Amino acid sequence: MNVARYNGLIFACYWNGTNSNENRRETDMTTKRIAYCAMLTALAMIFGYVEALIPFHIGIPGVKLGLANIVIVLALYILPAYQAFVIQLARIVLVSFLFGSMSMMLYSLSGGLLSFAVMLLLKKAGGFSIAGVSIAGGVSHNIGQLAVAAAVVHNLRITFYFPVLLIAGLITGCLIGLTAYKIKPVLDKLVHNMDG
Amino acid sequence: MFQKKDRLIIAGIIVTATVSALLIVFLTAFEKKNTGEIVRITIDGVIYGEYSLSENQSVLVDGELGQNRLVIENNSAYMAGADCPDRYCMDYEPISYGGETIICLPHRLVVEVVGKRAAQQPDVIVP
Repeated sequence: MNVARYNGLIFACYWNGTNSNENRRETDMTTKRIAYCAMLTALAMIFGYVEALIPFHIGIPGVKLGLANIVIVLALYILPAYQAFVIQLARIVLVSFLFGSMSMMLYSLSGGLLSFAVMLLLKKAGGFSIAGVSIAGGVSHNIGQLAVAAAVVHNLRITFYFPVLLIAGLITGCLIGLTAYKIKPVLDKLVHNMDG
Repeated sequence: MFQKKDRLIIAGIIVTATVSALLIVFLTAFEKKNTGEIVRITIDGVIYGEYSLSENQSVLVDGELGQNRLVIENNSAYMAGADCPDRYCMDYEPISYGGETIICLPHRLVVEVVGKRAAQQPDVIVP
């Protein structure tokens, strides 16, 4: 797929892969891993595109399913954190350049980065399930976007959406988390077999 | 699928949402008392214009980022047209009470119902 090749090029530019089997760590960026991350990035972008096709209008502007976060939260659990982070970064930037605008990138990035940071923190803290991490991710994504929107529009009144966005983030985060929870065992096996 | 600590997150979210919702209701209770007299249109925080709700009119907001058309009739205002890509601003119900807003994010446009004109009363908006 064209997008996957594009993504692969981006990853390859940043890292030298290790291809020899000796001294290989699970966190190394091998060529196989580059391709895998690129594929996940493309998948996240497709999820976002499919989501745009589904009319999901609840009456509150800006409430989204966030399907792409299924990929992100799974990547966080099956890949080293830095690889998941680049997937998140790459997919946001690429989607904004391809289908959106600089202003869209501003909101997506603020929400996406905060969301990733919160999810990573919770995962490292331990004791939370993938569903809980996903819920926190969804909520913080909304908070990040709301904060930037309030700053851009120079109006604090927009923060009146806060309670609604919290609940919406809770619900969508729950759904995303449930999906990720079901998919994770399959991916675990895949990644384990991939590097071997 | 859920673990003990997850309940903490969920509970925290619900509590925060409830508390902030109550806070907002409390803060806007005083404004809702007067159905607003004018709508104030701001782009990027700068006042573009103020229009009386009692006069039926159609306002063409021509900003750097794009155009919106605000229609005022029956003492309420709604967005009748916009050239932004998502057109969320047109989904809003007509606003008439003090504090209600219509927001067009791509155009950084905020239409807000305000009790009195800017010169006479301090803003609630924080720049």
